[in-house]
Amino acid sequence: MDALTLSRIQFAVTAGFHFLFVPLTLGLAVLLAWMECRWVATGERVYLRLTRFWGRLFLINFVLGVVTGLTLEFQFGMNWASFSRFVGDVFGFPLAVEATAAFFLESVSIGLWVFGWDRVSPRIHALAMVVLAFAVNFSALWILLANGWMQNPVGHTVTAGRAELTDLGAFLANPYGWLKFLHTVFAGYIVAAFFVMAVSAWHLLRGSEVDLFQRSFRMAARFGLAASLLVVLVGDFHGSEVGKAQPAKLAAMESLWETGRGVPFYLIVIPDEGKEANALELFGIPKMVSFLAYKDFDAAVRGLRDFPREDRPPVTLSFLGFRSMVGLGFVFVLLTALAVWFSRRGAFKAPPLLLKAIVYALPLPYLACQLGWMVAEVGRQPWIVYGLMRTADAVSPGLTAREAALSLGGFTVLYGILALVGVYLLRKYAQAGPAEV
Amino acid sequence: MELSNLWFVLWGLLWIAYFVTDGFDLGVGILYPFLGRTEAERGAIRAAIGPVWDGNEVWLVIAGAMTFAAFPVLYAALFSSLYAAFFILLGALILRGTALEFRGKGTGRLWGRLWDGAFFTGSGLCAFLFGVAFGNVWRGLPLGPGGYEGSFFSLLNVYGLTTGLLFVVVFAAHGALWLALRLEGEAGGRARRVALRLWIAGSLLVLVFLVNSALYTHLYANYLTSPALMVLPALALASLFLQGTMIVKGLYGRAFAASCLVVALIFATAMAGMYPHLLPSRTAPPWGLTIYNAAAGEYTLRVMAAVALTVLPVVAAYQCWVYRVFSRPIKEEKIREEEGY
Repeated sequence: MDALTLSRIQFAVTAGFHFLFVPLTLGLAVLLAWMECRWVATGERVYLRLTRFWGRLFLINFVLGVVTGLTLEFQFGMNWASFSRFVGDVFGFPLAVEATAAFFLESVSIGLWVFGWDRVSPRIHALAMVVLAFAVNFSALWILLANGWMQNPVGHTVTAGRAELTDLGAFLANPYGWLKFLHTVFAGYIVAAFFVMAVSAWHLLRGSEVDLFQRSFRMAARFGLAASLLVVLVGDFHGSEVGKAQPAKLAAMESLWETGRGVPFYLIVIPDEGKEANALELFGIPKMVSFLAYKDFDAAVRGLRDFPREDRPPVTLSFLGFRSMVGLGFVFVLLTALAVWFSRRGAFKAPPLLLKAIVYALPLPYLACQLGWMVAEVGRQPWIVYGLMRTADAVSPGLTAREAALSLGGFTVLYGILALVGVYLLRKYAQAGPAEV
Repeated sequence: MELSNLWFVLWGLLWIAYFVTDGFDLGVGILYPFLGRTEAERGAIRAAIGPVWDGNEVWLVIAGAMTFAAFPVLYAALFSSLYAAFFILLGALILRGTALEFRGKGTGRLWGRLWDGAFFTGSGLCAFLFGVAFGNVWRGLPLGPGGYEGSFFSLLNVYGLTTGLLFVVVFAAHGALWLALRLEGEAGGRARRVALRLWIAGSLLVLVFLVNSALYTHLYANYLTSPALMVLPALALASLFLQGTMIVKGLYGRAFAASCLVVALIFATAMAGMYPHLLPSRTAPPWGLTIYNAAAGEYTLRVMAAVALTVLPVVAAYQCWVYRVFSRPIKEEKIREEEGY
């Protein structure tokens, strides 16, 4: 394999691994802020115990997100020097703001929160978690504005072979970036909701700390239902934005080959990239793709054959990734709605079957996040910056295949070990249950 | 071109902020196996940097991201040229961070030993490789029309290696003084005793560095044309002298403050010699990078300067406040297992 392919695999591995931890951080910080504020407001000790129990799990996850994020920041320069040279002017800006404004707040707050129990008042301590929850989400905004620019570049001009920022307002108002941000953080809230519900359900099935885990289950279920509904809603807007900004990606997501008006949505599709057609299309809903993409039943949707071959993304991956993610989204709405219904205040009677289903459903939101990024990044190919720069032209010119292979191997081994340790510790502390305080 | 001058200074200051703050964390990691003999002592040493290391590391993230935004050409050239070195550096940073978080969360001797090893190795490698990397930046890289024309091993030249060693020893002294302030008990006593020895070794390496810089680099060219710059190395040596005096007198707070100045001024001395170069080429000077050919556009530099100058003072103040909250010394018996972050 050449340095380009290896660098692409390395980016997928390191970014995918980073994003195993980030979503939980995004959502659990918000839940923890909610729990700790309730402790400060009500003085009920159960909320303090909840905060400390979930806080410990939060920390194990948090540090893995932080250290794996370091790789991503420097990898652009290491493996993608031509990209960095071309876009640094625009792309470096949101990364720098993220580090300065958001990441700083979160890293300083986390130290205060972990070690500050006896050093600051409960109010200040709770405030540290509120700041932390704000900061991690604020971080996500800048990172996703950066990614949003790669998807839909705005606010720049290209002079002398380099993109230069010319319009800060346009960059900051990029609808693609904002929709990505909302879609991604709500997805993170779903991960956190399922994490808290699954661990709580595991304890409830064993009858340990029933009052405490009913409370965290209830909080997470409500949080999760709201997030699941919002993800679907924002996802719909986001799909329309993709249709406007990246029609080839939309066609690949739907595996649509022929351009047409009033395009139907087939429930079951098997794409055949070789024949440039679908091998199977079953159960069509008339005009649905046109409607979903453009909110108009008769809108024209461009098919893949309308795009030169060298401008088309890989269809099967984009299509399957998108379909599975959307399917999972509706599973989350259903499961969280059931969880909210059965955990109503004063009438907590979630049947063991539901609790078990939620325990086993824990990997699903993680999977949905990975699939979402797969659609976003694979679907943008062959471009690294849509319409401006191809991925093939972005790799570091001096990078050898040997160097890239060694670093890919190294990161894979190191991350594999970290994943094992992380899962082991999360499991250990999740099963141990809350300590007395 | 004034903005690129401002960014040259800001860029240097960001790295200084990183080395002054995370420098003592790295030093603590290097001293960790030698100063912490019992389980309780080791816990106390980790807790001495526990609340602050993550915030300190952010200066690195900021320095990296600001390089990307303000000098994108430098960002691209530097990290792709030193690919292998930065790959190992990232691995070391990852090990150091996870070790601090996970060490206290498992049980058994093997668990403890493995993470202790990761903490020590990660910290030591980071300090050394940052020294090697900056040593080679100051010395100049073999940059030609095809980019970097060296390998990982060509970084391991005399100047790169001695600068690596300089970083290790100066950070170790810096870390010893931090522990001298923060720890009570026997481990604290050991830190106070080792500080003087490390200071002597560090002073020798500073002299080696100043001589080597004349032999292997062009860093002194600017000093010949603008002698006023001599104030930087003069202050560096004065701070070094002050640091030693304060250690001997047992005034560790002042010694630590002097140590901060030493770290900052050595780096500033080298950077003043670099101006206006960012990444000189040893082999074909026109291919080297300067603030003129590596900077982002005027508009980006202006926006970034506005962000940096308004936000950085606020976050720095927040960080200072957190340092104050944790300014009381640590008693070994008070460390709780769960606070192993």
